[in-house]
Amino acid sequence: MFNDWIYIAIFIVISLFLPAAAIMMAYFLSPHKPNAIKNTIYECGVETVGDTWVQFKVQYYIFGLIFLIFDVESIFLYPWAVAYQIMSIYGVLEAIAFILILVGGLMYAWRKGALQWI
Amino acid sequence: MSFVADPINFIADWLSKLLLGWGLPPDLVMVLLFIIGSGLLATVAMLWVTILIWYERKIIGRIQDRFGPNRVGPYGLFQSIADMIKIFTKEHISPDGVDWFPFTIAPIIAVGAVLAVWAVIPFSANFVGTNLSVGILFILAIGGIGEFGIVFGGWGSNNKYALLSAFRAVAQLISYETPYVICFLIPVMLSGSMNLNDIVKAQDPWFIFLAPLGALIFFITSIAEVGRTPFDLAEAESELVAGFNIEYSGLKFGMFYVGDFLHSFTISLLFAALFLGGWKGPWAEQIPVLGFVYFFIKSSAAYFLVILLRASMPRFRIDQMMDFTWKVLTPLSLTVVSMTALVDKLLPANLIWVRIGGLILLNIIIFIATDRLLDIYWKKPLFQKNNQVEDASKASSVKLGAG
Amino acid sequence: MSILQIIFLLAALATLFCAVKVVITTRMMHSAFWLVGALLGIAVLFAMLESRFFVVVQVLVYIGAIAILIIFAVMLTRKIMDENQQRMNQLWGLAFIPAGGVLAGLIYILSRWNAFNTTARTAPVNGEDIEALGKALVSPTGFMLPFEVSSILLLAALIGAIFVSYDRKGGGR
Repeated sequence: MFNDWIYIAIFIVISLFLPAAAIMMAYFLSPHKPNAIKNTIYECGVETVGDTWVQFKVQYYIFGLIFLIFDVESIFLYPWAVAYQIMSIYGVLEAIAFILILVGGLMYAWRKGALQWI
Repeated sequence: MSFVADPINFIADWLSKLLLGWGLPPDLVMVLLFIIGSGLLATVAMLWVTILIWYERKIIGRIQDRFGPNRVGPYGLFQSIADMIKIFTKEHISPDGVDWFPFTIAPIIAVGAVLAVWAVIPFSANFVGTNLSVGILFILAIGGIGEFGIVFGGWGSNNKYALLSAFRAVAQLISYETPYVICFLIPVMLSGSMNLNDIVKAQDPWFIFLAPLGALIFFITSIAEVGRTPFDLAEAESELVAGFNIEYSGLKFGMFYVGDFLHSFTISLLFAALFLGGWKGPWAEQIPVLGFVYFFIKSSAAYFLVILLRASMPRFRIDQMMDFTWKVLTPLSLTVVSMTALVDKLLPANLIWVRIGGLILLNIIIFIATDRLLDIYWKKPLFQKNNQVEDASKASSVKLGAG
Repeated sequence: MSILQIIFLLAALATLFCAVKVVITTRMMHSAFWLVGALLGIAVLFAMLESRFFVVVQVLVYIGAIAILIIFAVMLTRKIMDENQQRMNQLWGLAFIPAGGVLAGLIYILSRWNAFNTTARTAPVNGEDIEALGKALVSPTGFMLPFEVSSILLLAALIGAIFVSYDRKGGGR
């Protein structure tokens, strides 16, 4: 049973190792001549103004939150979808009720203007 | 099984008999075979990207009425190798004040997260990396880790524009992940399992005929997940100064590029496996190599569509993208899932043509209804600039707000 | 020591290390990154409990959604915690007393728990059965009511979050 996870662990290690090995190889093959001007941060060719940390809009957070709600909803729907072939029509109707309640939430968010980027 | 019909399993069997004959314990033999198999698969995937880059450049060139690369090698086949050699020897510039751990690990995660998906894809009837019973959710979970590659890259660069661009890219990715995750429900529902090999085996009529609208939404959202045109606001050369990979040079930038192409091919592999019947075709079960060939043809066709979209469509603005996903694609995908579930239970399953006809009719009805609704209620046309947006963007550019 | 126990020890130590680094690291963004490490460690622990579904759900929801939400929240703040600021205030000696007391109490209670001497129930052979979970989620004798109530819970969370962040002065976002 753990064969699956052993294979996946090995695969993930190899898939992280291969680009790392390539980057290491390129690090040895490439020249290293840092100077002051090359190492400055790029800001359209002028000197950087102000701190690097800029305060963001709250819209990012709202989108993240709505995405979280819908992600959890779809996690509930996955076992239902796996059992879809063997359930009766009432099971489908219950899941539709589940989806409709959350679509109602999406409509609320839409009307309140939470889905606008600006 | 003979060598011609099923080369990979034949070699794996021969190798395992050889290693067991040398007296190694069977667990160690299994682990060694895993290492060799996954190493080969990952290496083939990385080398395949060079052919993909060549393919894309030639096709985009032809669409734009010019030759693609045709100097280096016959038909320009060695162009990618020449580019690889060039990018291997470029200097790795590390700007001032970068956070070295996120900065270095971002390209590795960006490529590793895409490569890890190849572990669960069924390439033929009995060549699949691992038959994980929750393969679909595994793919989604690895996509979530891939988003962190972008966050690390943007944060580690110590650059305002990289940070802004990285967060805008992550906002786009999570917004398009909502209909993406919901559209994966359709093959799971129609086949009754989350295992990709089972989904391919259950496709007696291909799922694209049972849920064409679901396949369309899957295709669109997966292109947005990759970050290709028309959704490449976060990383195009003219937007936000080339996005979160501003400060990357040398092979680190090359790795982001490779990850982008590998991801595009991986989503066409997924589209072929989930909706186009995967390795199924005439005689695919008896001769597994043939299944591999069918799968390759189908995913190349899907990849061709992806390239076609890139070559022919202009880019979306960020607010158009967000409107499209939250207001159109999410309700549409939820509607498609629930209506397909309802109608599929009501139709008799043994009359195949009634089932296909009923579901296609349902998809046509939903599509026409969506079209009418968009016409009536979307007072401004969806993909055009209007005064409201122009004024707002002028007002926001005066303030020093970010985002 | 079987292989499983060694892997468990390594995963648990990695998770604890990442969790401690979340609290004591100087830069806020780094604590979000260490949190991702801790959550990955917990996913490995789920894998060892033979529960495939929850491994991927943990990574998908916790790392793919909640960690990203935390990073967005960190980016929303101004730079309130500098690297050179004082990490502990002057009452840290007094704070050891209740923390140490809670730790001692927990160790005492756990040492008297007799469940450590009983063997655990063996899990079913193939791990869990997602189809049975799905069927139970919608059957009236199963978990249908919690299923629907959880959708109302999610709705309440959604409406609450939007209401709390609603900009009443400006009339909209």
